[in-house]
Amino acid sequence: MTGNVGAAARAVDVWKSYGTGEAAVTALAGVSVEFDRGRFTAIMGPSGSGKSTLMHCLAGLDTIDSGDVWIGDTKVNGLRDKGLTDLRRRQVGFIFQQFNLLPTLTAEENITLPLAIGGQKVDRAWFDTVIDTVGLRDRLTHRPTQLSGGQQQRVACARALVARPEVVFADEPTGNLDSRSGAEVLGFLRRSARDFGQTVVMVTHDPNAASYADRVIFLADGRIVRELHDPTAAAVLDTMKALDGDDRLVVA
Amino acid sequence: MLKATLKSVLARKLRLVLSGLAVVLGVMFVSGSFVLTDTLDRSFKDLFATVYSEVDVEVAVKPKVDQGDPEAARAGTLTADDVKAVEAVAGVRTAVGDVIGSARPIGENGKVLTTSGAPRVGTAWRDGGQEELREGHAPARDDEVAISAYLAKTGGFTVGEQISVLTLEPKRTFTVAGIFGYPGNRDSLGGELTTAFTQPAAQQLLLAAPGAYSGITVRADEGVSQAVLRDRVQAALGDAYQVKTGEQLAKESADEIGEGLAFFNYVLLGFAGIALFVGIFIILNTFSIIVAQRTRELALLRAMGASRKQMIASVVLEAVVIGLVASVVGLAAGIGVGALLATLFSTFGGGSLQLAGIAVPSSAIISSFAVGIVVTVLAALLPALRASRIAPVAALREAATPDRPLTRLTVAGGVLSLAGGGMLGLGFADGTLWLIMTGLLVAFVGVALLTPLISRPVVSVIGKLLAWSMPGTLGRRNSARNPRRTAITAAALMVGIALITGVSVVLTSATTSITKVADTQIKADLIVSGESVNGESSGGFTADRLDRVLATPGVESAFGWYNDGVLVDGQQKFATVVTDVPAMARVFGLSATGGTIADLEDGQIAVDEPMATALNLRQGSTATVQTTKGEQRTYTVAFVLAKSRVLNEAVFLPESVVDEFALAQINTAFVKADPGVDAAEVRKAVEPVFADNPEVSVQDLSSYARQQASQLDTVLLMIQILLALAILIAVLGVINTLALSVIERTRELGLLRAIGMRRAQVMRMITVESVVISVFGALLGLVVGVALGVAAVRALTDMGITDLGIPWAQLGSYLLIAAGVGVVAAILPAIRAARLNVLQAISYE
Ligand SMILES: Nc1ncnc2c1ncn2[C@@H]1O[C@H](COP(=O)(O)OP(=O)(O)OP(=O)(O)O)[C@@H](O)[C@H]1O
Ligand SMILES: [Mg+2]
Repeated sequence: MTGNVGAAARAVDVWKSYGTGEAAVTALAGVSVEFDRGRFTAIMGPSGSGKSTLMHCLAGLDTIDSGDVWIGDTKVNGLRDKGLTDLRRRQVGFIFQQFNLLPTLTAEENITLPLAIGGQKVDRAWFDTVIDTVGLRDRLTHRPTQLSGGQQQRVACARALVARPEVVFADEPTGNLDSRSGAEVLGFLRRSARDFGQTVVMVTHDPNAASYADRVIFLADGRIVRELHDPTAAAVLDTMKALDGDDRLVVA
Repeated sequence: MLKATLKSVLARKLRLVLSGLAVVLGVMFVSGSFVLTDTLDRSFKDLFATVYSEVDVEVAVKPKVDQGDPEAARAGTLTADDVKAVEAVAGVRTAVGDVIGSARPIGENGKVLTTSGAPRVGTAWRDGGQEELREGHAPARDDEVAISAYLAKTGGFTVGEQISVLTLEPKRTFTVAGIFGYPGNRDSLGGELTTAFTQPAAQQLLLAAPGAYSGITVRADEGVSQAVLRDRVQAALGDAYQVKTGEQLAKESADEIGEGLAFFNYVLLGFAGIALFVGIFIILNTFSIIVAQRTRELALLRAMGASRKQMIASVVLEAVVIGLVASVVGLAAGIGVGALLATLFSTFGGGSLQLAGIAVPSSAIISSFAVGIVVTVLAALLPALRASRIAPVAALREAATPDRPLTRLTVAGGVLSLAGGGMLGLGFADGTLWLIMTGLLVAFVGVALLTPLISRPVVSVIGKLLAWSMPGTLGRRNSARNPRRTAITAAALMVGIALITGVSVVLTSATTSITKVADTQIKADLIVSGESVNGESSGGFTADRLDRVLATPGVESAFGWYNDGVLVDGQQKFATVVTDVPAMARVFGLSATGGTIADLEDGQIAVDEPMATALNLRQGSTATVQTTKGEQRTYTVAFVLAKSRVLNEAVFLPESVVDEFALAQINTAFVKADPGVDAAEVRKAVEPVFADNPEVSVQDLSSYARQQASQLDTVLLMIQILLALAILIAVLGVINTLALSVIERTRELGLLRAIGMRRAQVMRMITVESVVISVFGALLGLVVGVALGVAAVRALTDMGITDLGIPWAQLGSYLLIAAGVGVVAAILPAIRAARLNVLQAISYE
């Protein structure tokens, strides 16, 4: 089986549990999902529903019990450390909730870090495009401690994009930001999907944040329970409320 | 609070193991040296008790010049009449004349057998002595000897074989008639090599006095105490004789060795002190890092109402626990090391020195605990104070401690460095050891305080050289990240390297000076010298050999000299008799400031300027001289030699007094070849003159200088080995700092791995950081060490170290070693960092 040309990332019947015996927790219970190229997808769901786990498994940061995970043409499960490292270098970009940047490096050095680590050359034109889009031109020589939280997250976004990965994963990237800074980051993620065709997958708790996405996936107890396309904040909120009542309902 | 502290010690036990290890090693060194020297001390006491077990009183000729050696029996000989006189004293059961002297057997390879400190003795065989014949028979003819079992083993001799021995006379060959041991089935008493001749042969060979004795061994009648008998014998013989009891002799001999051991102990403790001093840096650093990492936890405690005192107490208590544990472990390890070294010493060093059994002296226990706990608590005090200053609100803030300014540190460092330097200067100027030591410590602390400031520029330069890849750049930046931490870690390494460098500079300067003196001041082609064992020349050659050298074709001139201790105006000095004074003046380029240089007549003496100053003499003034065997006489100063680089405090006596020297043999001769004759050729011609004496070597000037200088290499090696411990501890410090940094940067490492850094790259990053710290420490050490060395050399100019020599190659190798050490130190932390689980690392709190 080869990867679907249209999907940047794909999970097929992925099962994942932590611990053994009595204490075992099933974090993912047969998740199958595709992320289309150039689309911005939000993953939502109650705390502990498996959002982070799904994302980590997709990105090859965590192992799965059964099923298959694909990034582009690469089958992620079964890769060893070297293969995973290569995957992270070339095909995946990350934005974490916090601690995205190395304090010893300037903003510019942080942005080009994945390329430097991989010994790749920086595509200056693309770099300039990214920088201008995130609006960091005048902050490039600053250290992370000299940047605001929002600016730091934008640096992280720029870093995730600069290597032109297959998928950018962001786990609650705006969780620590005020609404204005959050909006800047989200706006940028949306633009990178629309303007540059970048596939973005984002975990969030915030309906407003989810409304920036092209599509929202709802998770509950390790299963995908609902899906929205071109959501508005209100629609997301409504779905969340509905799910609160009947979150046993499974939509495959 | 106590419970919380103990819990936190246990929780972070791994982090504390390394810093504890620094204390363990230091304490191990301390207790090990106490155990070692105590064991050896008791063993030697036992040894001498055995040696003198069958001596109640011993009579010898009173030395006229006290050389401080109880065994020195060369002051004069006793006659058969003396023995009879002693026999006649009431209470004497037996009085036997002893013949004891120096006899150096020659091994199968033609070289003289050596021991590591124990004497090589010749005696007259006596039936009924301590010796127990194991094989063969007692020497019956003058060409027969009996040898000790230890000598038989060392030289591989069996009964019936030939053995050659050097005594006061040149090589003589004997037949081994018998092999003997000692009570308790010992091969020797304490590793000495013994050859027993017939009495007439012994008197001739060992004393050069037929019918004479070196001493008289007296046994007392039943009921007569040693002391009473001693007083009676002394009264009967008069003041010219030295009469001592067996107990007294055993004690004096043991005390003499004991003094040496005590000095040895001080030396070892000195090195232990250095190691512990370095350990303080490591512990200080560990606690600082831990306190920094625990800022939130400590602030939370503060917020919950813990007082400042409680904060300090909690950190100090932690230190006490670590110090206590480390002391116990260090003490145990030290006992092991001491026992091991004592065993090694008895097997390799003393031949068959019987160990008195390993015991743990209370000094070892007390010092272990005192040192271990005090050092740890001392080191934890600063971090404890810092912990107490943490504001409760810090718990709420992001715990990133801002870079505090270094001004205060730098000022303190500057002041301390200057103070230390000043003390060192004063100490060197008048040789006050404690001032030098204190000055060193203060200066080291001062430089250590300055290092954070220096570290920024230097580390970035070192780093640039190493960091050609992204991981390298990150490693370099990491090492510049916390200047204090890098600085303390590097400073710990600095101490060891600075000391080694300083010593190297001094010793290299000494070597350079020796070589330079040989090259420029001594215009001889060959040097004929008797062997010196343990710095003491055991034998030379007689004047007739020098005559044969002079008669050798190609030899233009030659002179030799004899040496012995004498009293000049009551002060002990080292005197020289030169066979041809004008020849010496030519070869050494000496000139006179008063009088003219000529051979000394009877009643004449010559001195060099330093000696003239020391004794307040000038040409024409008089001085009394007492030689070892002769009477005190008054001499007139014939001439005063100008100060030169070859001589230092020299007294020359006329050739006629040679017979009054303890050993009337030339120990060094300088030979000048005819103009145009190759030195190597002359050497070939001169060598046969000494063919029968393997103790005498004929060398050209440069190899002689090299041989003299090579003795210093051994000293350097010993010091390097001992200081290696301080460096080892510093390496532990580097490992510790890196390991703690890795823990501290877990999240960063996770992030780096998440964005595609390979394990190998992570390891490289940590290695670069480690190498940068190590090389920085080594550089500091080299600079400080060279400065120390230069200062010491300046101070030692009067001792003959006139030329500064910087051992560049050695310094370079220290730098390389430091880089290697950095790589090694990085291994464990790097593996740890590379093994981090990416996900866990990212979510690490
Ligand atoms: N390392 C782990 N060990 C054990 N259980 C884990 C581990 N990581 C996650 N879990 C469990 O797996 C389930 C899914 O966790 P996950 O972190 O994916 O949730 P989430 O949807 O991201 O929640 P949140 O919104 O709080 O971040 C939870 O029940 C969690 O307790
Ligand atoms: Mg999560």
